[in-house]
Amino acid sequence: MAKLPRKRFLKDNMPKLNELNLSEALEQLRSEQITSLDLVQACFAQIRKTDPELQVFITLVEEQALEQARTADKLIHQEGEAAFIKQPLLGVPYACKDNFCTKGIQTTASSNILRDFIPPYESTVTAKLKEAGAILLGKTNMDSFAHGSSTETSDFFTTKNPWDTSRVPGGSSGGSAAAVVSHMCIFAIGSETGGSIRGPASWCGLTGLKPSYGRVSRYGLIAMASSTDSPGPITKSAADAAIILQVLAGKDPFDATTLNAQVDDYFDNIMQFAIKGLKIGKPKSYFGLDLQPGLRAVLDEAVVHFEKLGAEIVEVDLMDPKYSIAVYTILQRSEVSSNLARFDGIRYGHSRDAFNFENKKRMMLGAYALSSGYYDQYYSKAQKVRTLIVEDFERAFQKVDVLIGPTMPCVALKIGESANSPMFGEMMDVLTEPSTIAGLTGITFPCGYVDSLPVGMQVIGPALSESTVLGVVNTYQNATNYHKKFPNLESLT
Amino acid sequence: MSNYRLVLGLEIHFHVKTTRKMFCGCSADIYEADPNTHTCPTCLGLPGALPVPNLEAIKKVQLLGLALNCELNKTSLFDRKHYFYPDLPKGYQISQYKYPLCKEGFLELASGKKIEIDRIHMEEDTAKSFHEGQYTLLDFNKSGMPLGELVTKPVITSTDEAVEFSKKMQELIKLLGVGDADMEKGQLRLEANISLRTPEMEEQRRLPDYKVEIKNINSFKFMENAVTAEMIRQQELLEKGERVVQENRGYDEATKTTVPQREKEEAHDYRYFPEPDIPPMLFSEEYVTELKKQIPELPEQIERRLVRTYSLTSKQATFFAHASNVDLLHKLESFIEANIDPQEAAKNLINRPETRELSANEFSQKLKAQEARITDESVLTPYVQEVIDEYGEVVVDYRNGKENSIEFLVGMVMRKTKGKADAEVSRKLLKSML
Repeated sequence: MAKLPRKRFLKDNMPKLNELNLSEALEQLRSEQITSLDLVQACFAQIRKTDPELQVFITLVEEQALEQARTADKLIHQEGEAAFIKQPLLGVPYACKDNFCTKGIQTTASSNILRDFIPPYESTVTAKLKEAGAILLGKTNMDSFAHGSSTETSDFFTTKNPWDTSRVPGGSSGGSAAAVVSHMCIFAIGSETGGSIRGPASWCGLTGLKPSYGRVSRYGLIAMASSTDSPGPITKSAADAAIILQVLAGKDPFDATTLNAQVDDYFDNIMQFAIKGLKIGKPKSYFGLDLQPGLRAVLDEAVVHFEKLGAEIVEVDLMDPKYSIAVYTILQRSEVSSNLARFDGIRYGHSRDAFNFENKKRMMLGAYALSSGYYDQYYSKAQKVRTLIVEDFERAFQKVDVLIGPTMPCVALKIGESANSPMFGEMMDVLTEPSTIAGLTGITFPCGYVDSLPVGMQVIGPALSESTVLGVVNTYQNATNYHKKFPNLESLT
Repeated sequence: MSNYRLVLGLEIHFHVKTTRKMFCGCSADIYEADPNTHTCPTCLGLPGALPVPNLEAIKKVQLLGLALNCELNKTSLFDRKHYFYPDLPKGYQISQYKYPLCKEGFLELASGKKIEIDRIHMEEDTAKSFHEGQYTLLDFNKSGMPLGELVTKPVITSTDEAVEFSKKMQELIKLLGVGDADMEKGQLRLEANISLRTPEMEEQRRLPDYKVEIKNINSFKFMENAVTAEMIRQQELLEKGERVVQENRGYDEATKTTVPQREKEEAHDYRYFPEPDIPPMLFSEEYVTELKKQIPELPEQIERRLVRTYSLTSKQATFFAHASNVDLLHKLESFIEANIDPQEAAKNLINRPETRELSANEFSQKLKAQEARITDESVLTPYVQEVIDEYGEVVVDYRNGKENSIEFLVGMVMRKTKGKADAEVSRKLLKSML
């Protein structure tokens, strides 16, 4: 792993430990400049300070985390660097979206119907992180069952955007994004079904990676739409995302949809990545969309930057993303109606009345789309169009290596703004849904501001091209500072 | 019954014998186990848990399909079948709908009639409920156990055919090691779809526009009785010019009639769609070829071969072809291989159980001994006389009513003839001469 500059930490005004990114934290833990206990405590101090206002966590596991930190410190002290070969994330605190089952720790998916659910088993993602030495701080708020793009459908509370607390952080992994950007943790885990990692990462000014479908196991992830759900990291940089993906990626015997393909050495690959000569496709239909004023200028500047770095920008024709909304809506609602059928009021302690309006609306639509006589008209047809979308991307990737585009059509919205828009989620996710339903990988990164709010750009690559999309963003982040900017939270204390 | 002809289709549900459950790592050895001791997040249907298909179960059902001359779908899918019931923890059952493992096969009856098979698919079993007072208790040991379901076309035209087909299926499932198919243990269940049609309809190959389903048939006798009772009921309705309502009915043993069954739900809409947690299963040509090699010779094939190659009688052939006599079949073949006359081998193995323990060599010796046996009375008489003369005391015993002592004398005749005397003939001679 490349050595990172230590100067900043040693000389500058000592940044608080919780403000380190993953690469920095690992470097300092490894060299025993800091302890995991200090790091975890710094995170909890920040949580105590900012969470009452930001409303990020549903559950905190402080005692357990401190205990793990002490154990990690002991290990590091005894084994030195060798400890990190076995456990590459040893001693690093993280936050996890509340739809990953954590054994013995309440897991709610932000829904009342599961508000008392304590899973008797561990999801593969959290199990792998634990095995790698990462320390869970708590479970973050989300849209209930991931049904939304703002955390406003959470049955508990709405998380606030740390850049402007009158705004939403995006969703559904809104809590995870808010936790990272407000330095409550070093990184966080989210899950994306139609934009739920990239959306909130974009609105919070972070790096968010949606791995290819099947690259990271879904076992233990409370299902939203099984055919597109993809767990992934929300981080302070692409390099951080590469380190975490290394831990998460791979075939899981408990998830039949995980891919057998060999796992890349992501970190090494992005360090050796050369952007010169890379063909970046710029889909006219994505940039031609009705974007918020000011957004296009920021994005254009980023495009120019990629050209300066040596990439070749190629305009490409891609299917109008509006078709993806229709396909996504039918497939996702159908799968939701099926996946939520197990909450029949017999188990988990709460009756079906505990479902909220958004949940019920999606189940009703899905049940309708799957019912006999309508199946061919809706579900079956949507699957056919899905194939067309997959082929459309395949054609594009014959001409270019990756695609770039805006992540979201606007910057973070005000709390309550979505109330009158029943298809709010889909409209916000118009630019992420096509790649999701095609099972591709995509990554968002901050590239500027509109009205002092972060703007995200995304790089989309073919399935299993994580090394490339991470490499593109890492190259950009080596040359820019947007990913190092964080909101000022002093007013929250 | 003369005016109407039976139209019958059968569904056969069978347990597939495996080490693990259908979609999880739980042990499938559940029959003696305490409730809820063989469970995991997957078969409990917990949020986030995922199914991973069990190839052992899939292979067994495909093997059965190949033995029934079915075509295997090169791409087969699992689907979700939705309905609500407390013993169904996910709110859907993982089953197969459009692309079952096997399709289009047949099983030949003794008459030579081929009973066409529409499909064989796999699914998972549900949990088991126990109703105790105001509570219902659930045992999830059974949840996620592998099940197979075979559906015939509506081509069965008599209860005899139905019974013969079902018995043959049961044998085949056992023979192939697909399952134990014990009906008393519920490992094999039948469902009959029954309707009647006129001879004209039969001639024109037209099917009735209704069918009545009788579920949970757990013995062949039950099936015979239930189908007969239902035929009578339908005939009476039709003769009165009434329509037969399409419904599920149960058979009441006491009254020997069928009665309408209360439905769990008014109208079923299972909202089938492909199970997104399991990718489509693709089976290559090589896979199928390899699987075909694993099919043992089936009873009818064995019968045919024994009659054709060794000129056994069809009764003898049936005996050796029966699944429970597979060891004897192997014995027979080893005897024949050792140049023993097939007729002799078959006769002895069937009628003289003691020969079943012999090796081909031993059996061969025994046969030779038999061939050299002295049965001619005129040859034996001098030996018998000699024995009577020598063992006067024993002769006296016999004459005084000690009948068993004759066996001693027979033994002595054997000794004098170096074992070549036929015991039966010697005994007869002794008796007459004493």
